[in-house]
Amino acid sequence: MGVSLIIQVSHLYKIYKTDDMETVVLSDVSLKINKGEFVAIMGPSGSGKSTLMHILGALDLPTSGTYFLDNQEVGKLSDDELADIRNRKIGFVFQAYNLLPRTSALDNVMVPMEYAGVSETEQLKKAKKLLEMVGLSDRMNHPPNKLSGGQQQRVAIARALVMDPAIILADEPTGNIASAQAEEIIEIFQKLNKDGHTIIMITHESDIAEHARRIIHIRDGKIVQDGNDHKQRLIKESYEIIKTN
Amino acid sequence: MKLSKLIRSGIRNLLINKMRTGLAILGIVIGIGSVIALISMGESSKKAVQSQIQSIGSNLLTVSPGSQSFGGIRSSSGVKTLTYEDAQAIETSPKVTTVKNVSPEYSSRSQVTAGRNNTNTTIVGVIPVYSEVRKITLSSGIFITDQNVMAISKVAVLGPTTVEDLFGSNADPVGQSIRINGKTFLVIGVTKSKGGSGMDNQDDRIFIPLTTAQKQIFGVKYLSSIALEANSESVMTKAQNEVGYLLLERHKISSVTDADFRIMSQSDILAAASAVTSTFTTMLAGVAAISLLVGGIGIMNIMLMSVTERTREVGLRKALGAKKKTIIFQFLIESIILTFTGGIIGIIIGVVGFFIYAKLNNSTFTVSINSILLAFLVSAGIGILFGWYPAQKAANLQPIEALRYE
Repeated sequence: MGVSLIIQVSHLYKIYKTDDMETVVLSDVSLKINKGEFVAIMGPSGSGKSTLMHILGALDLPTSGTYFLDNQEVGKLSDDELADIRNRKIGFVFQAYNLLPRTSALDNVMVPMEYAGVSETEQLKKAKKLLEMVGLSDRMNHPPNKLSGGQQQRVAIARALVMDPAIILADEPTGNIASAQAEEIIEIFQKLNKDGHTIIMITHESDIAEHARRIIHIRDGKIVQDGNDHKQRLIKESYEIIKTN
Repeated sequence: MKLSKLIRSGIRNLLINKMRTGLAILGIVIGIGSVIALISMGESSKKAVQSQIQSIGSNLLTVSPGSQSFGGIRSSSGVKTLTYEDAQAIETSPKVTTVKNVSPEYSSRSQVTAGRNNTNTTIVGVIPVYSEVRKITLSSGIFITDQNVMAISKVAVLGPTTVEDLFGSNADPVGQSIRINGKTFLVIGVTKSKGGSGMDNQDDRIFIPLTTAQKQIFGVKYLSSIALEANSESVMTKAQNEVGYLLLERHKISSVTDADFRIMSQSDILAAASAVTSTFTTMLAGVAAISLLVGGIGIMNIMLMSVTERTREVGLRKALGAKKKTIIFQFLIESIILTFTGGIIGIIIGVVGFFIYAKLNNSTFTVSINSILLAFLVSAGIGILFGWYPAQKAANLQPIEALRYE
């Protein structure tokens, strides 16, 4: 099986301009992600990792540089085309879950399919199947406020999967969840990755990042390390520790 | 996204804040309700005036005395210019070919008593042809006869309102006597009700022979008006001219502008009365429209608040693939649900309010379908108009900004 490129980012800049100041948030970021990868993007707060994820998620556009998602240049699209890309190619999992309040788990999962114009019977079938997959078959009709944090995040994962997206973008998916449940969430991501899904996860917790097969470190808007090899990175880190001591 | 689903989620969102939603709807209810009620009231009073005037007869011309003017000075003696001889001349002159009946009349108000009851009403001195010209029919007894007029008899025909005032309801006073200005009259007939109310109540009348009115009661020699029945509606203008020139000649007046009388047709009176009532209706509708506008601003206010409160939701929906159109539609649906509900309740309240008004005023209860349709469209229109800006504002939110919003 040949390796196919799903994300290609070249010389990406993101600069925010106010009246008298220019803030460079991303500086010359280039990045390639293949189909089926499980990538963790790590970095301290203010490093630009959230902005990178917003650009990868077609929620924001770069100031310069190019971004190809599934062979489509995202920077050249209109608002509505971007909405379509987010709908069909990207599955979002947010730190704050972002489920619609007072809306059942089932209805929440169905939202992206409604925007895509999927028939109602098909919506129900698919949403039920995915909620079963994340282990919530007995909680389908519960609104978010009747679910635990972990359960809410599993609903969000089911929602991210309904459109069979090219990539799943998870922004600190375990940030608000107790560690035991966080482990379960990570397990779901690993299982999804095993089934062939491309997953990009943003986190600042290294033990969560450990589960990914590739970790990209970002600092001050630049990629400082792109470790394909987990072991190699460990060696490097221990080397750095020795050096600083 | 399916409309039924949009409507369902719209209703769910509106029910979250019941008090706020209720108040917003109330604004529209008051607006639409007052539009419906006030327009209906205006229309019904217009119809009442029209039917009242039409009940008098459509071939009718009324000659009434008007003040003469001499070089800008108006003479107040003008009210005495019409005489019985004028009426006779109209009837007999070969120059007048289009007039069928001539009814000279003298009317004035007077105190009337019957036993212990008394009333102040309009006494009309008439000749028999009056009943034909003015379309009077009797419910009992007979009308004034030629003999009554010649003999200057003290006989009276009562209108139903005066019967009620003097003898109580459902009484038949024929054969009984009443006193007008201290003189005893025998009641010989009662007219059928013609409807009408207020100043110009056709039923609040007592008819007596013209000669009796002029000589015995009021002591005058002139007429207060001459009613003419033209041969048909199509010769009204011709009749107006023929009678006009005859009277000018008789009164020795050379110029039409100096005429000491006026000839009005029913359509002239109708037009004047309609103009008054439609001004009235327009004013009422204007007041109602202002309250509707205020209601609409209330809707806009609620929707703007709702957009601000749901910024995160909008951001999320956009992240999940909602296009601008979808977001606009979502918010528009909500404001339309608000105004539509308000519209329906307003229509019900307006109709009920008008029904109560009609009952209290004994006027006809007819709700024009047009005003309901208009109110319906206006309420939906207000939903779109005042919902558009908030919806647009929501749709233009940037997804990341909206998602970050706390």
